Amino acid sequence: MIIYLTCLLLFLIGIYCVAVKKNLIKMIVGIVIMEYAVNLFLVSIGYRWGGVDPILEPNIYNLTYVSPLPQALVVCTIIIGLATTILAVAMAMRIYEKYGTFDITKIRKLKG
Amino acid sequence: MNHWLPLFIAVPLAGAILSLPLSRINRKLPPWLALGVSFYLLLTSLLLYFIKSPEAISVYRIGGWAAPLGINLVLDGLSQLLLLVVSLIACLVTIYSMVYMERYTGKEKYFSLCQLMLVGMNGVVLTGDLFNLFVFLEIAALSTYSLVAFGTEAEELEAAFRYLIIGSVASLFILFGIGLVFSVTGTLNLAEIASAFPKGLGNLRTLITVLFLVGFGMKAALVPFHAWLPDAHTAAPAPVSATLSGVLIKILGIYCLIRIFYNVLGVNPQLLYVFSLLGLISILVGGGLALFQWDFKRLLAYSSISQVGYILLGIGLGTPLGIGGGIFHLLNHALFKPLMFLNAGAIETSTGTRELKAMGGLAKKMPVTFITSLFGSLSISGLPPFNGFWSKLFIIVACVQAGRFWAALIAVLGSVLTLAYFLKFLRYAFFEKLPPALEKVQEAPGIMLGVTVTLAMLCLLVGVFFPYVAAGILNPAVLVVLEGVKP
Repeated sequence: MIIYLTCLLLFLIGIYCVAVKKNLIKMIVGIVIMEYAVNLFLVSIGYRWGGVDPILEPNIYNLTYVSPLPQALVVCTIIIGLATTILAVAMAMRIYEKYGTFDITKIRKLKG
Repeated sequence: MNHWLPLFIAVPLAGAILSLPLSRINRKLPPWLALGVSFYLLLTSLLLYFIKSPEAISVYRIGGWAAPLGINLVLDGLSQLLLLVVSLIACLVTIYSMVYMERYTGKEKYFSLCQLMLVGMNGVVLTGDLFNLFVFLEIAALSTYSLVAFGTEAEELEAAFRYLIIGSVASLFILFGIGLVFSVTGTLNLAEIASAFPKGLGNLRTLITVLFLVGFGMKAALVPFHAWLPDAHTAAPAPVSATLSGVLIKILGIYCLIRIFYNVLGVNPQLLYVFSLLGLISILVGGGLALFQWDFKRLLAYSSISQVGYILLGIGLGTPLGIGGGIFHLLNHALFKPLMFLNAGAIETSTGTRELKAMGGLAKKMPVTFITSLFGSLSISGLPPFNGFWSKLFIIVACVQAGRFWAALIAVLGSVLTLAYFLKFLRYAFFEKLPPALEKVQEAPGIMLGVTVTLAMLCLLVGVFFPYVAAGILNPAVLVVLEGVKP
């Protein structure tokens, strides 16, 4: 149970970071924290107490295996997250070139 | 015939990858490749209607693995309609882009990203697996973030960054919801989740519903979550705005909401009520804000929020007529909103400005664009005999039938608002006096006009021949959604 609460806490910290922080880089960090929270959640729902890695071997039965599917999903989401982060950082760099600041309150050409 | 399904994803993916090396051989090749790919998609999605009855469901097993182990691609009436809409708009937009994108550098990257967006949208529509849906959703979203920033000016970058942040938060909400669904049911296949998802679940069910509603609501730009849409639509190049507004927000937002809630998790009256409430708020706020805009692409963007509200209102009623009206409005909005954005692009190309105050009297200088804008405006405001009239009529009648007179009243009011802001657009852009700076304005290039005229004709034809459209392609889609509201 405690691990799920940790995930929720991390997720909320990430949302707070995205919503409140004024610095573009800190907002990206917030997204990354949220992503890790979800990844941790996905891995932990596949975990079984005392489970071993799910590889079938001859003559060994009655073992508890951890679920391999969430692990595969997490590898996939990490890659997607990497792509998102790279794109976000690249955009933040270009914005810095244009405005000379990372502060979102000073980057306001648009009305919103 | 089942073997055609993966090609809807594989062919644009191959096109996206091949665009970059091909541009080394000849810079003119990537646009023609993109045109060929989108034309192929249009042709096959049209052919599907002739070789298969749209009510039938066809399934393709990737790699030959059966359902719980492998990923299925599923084609039913709703996906078939959306495939046709996506391919049609993609084809027209690609033709338009070949002229419009002349002003930008790096055209091969543009066409590559456009085809990647097609991969994402076709994948979302076809997939039968919840996590696979998320992956395709991210492919479509990531390529649109870069497409919005394609001009790399300060304004574009800022809009794209905001879109990226909100879009990523939305994706993570969806992913969290997918994790919870997996932990409850132990499967990711949509059909299996539908049968395995427990009826009563108390708070956990509420949490899953809220996560999906907020996530897909952000993608569809429903009103409390709409902050990214006006900036992104205004900053993107006109053909990208047309695709974003015409199909992307509907596929990533509305289609996913329909698929997940109506066909997988199941809806209840409270959820339907929330849907129609969100729709009503979107109609009023989007329409009201559009009235005060002077940048005409921003006006069109707010109008998109309002029209998506109509779709959700119709679907949220849960009656056959309401759902029919909602799906029909989805189809119609995919025709007239790209038309208006492409007209906006044509005006921007000719006059070099987007400010309504800086233009006027263009009716004489750009007669074809004027006629197509008139067609688009009349049809989006719901005047007969254009297509928008029928869908809005269906939605309003369905509201009255369901006994929701307030909803009907707000829908009528929203329609009047739509007429008001489009009359404002027509008046300031095409009537009034021609400012001296625009004396030498020319009509937009012929190919761009060809595309807008085609879309305007489609608006009129769908309106005039709507019984055939309804029977042929709308009914199968509505039947799929109706499965979800059966008692």
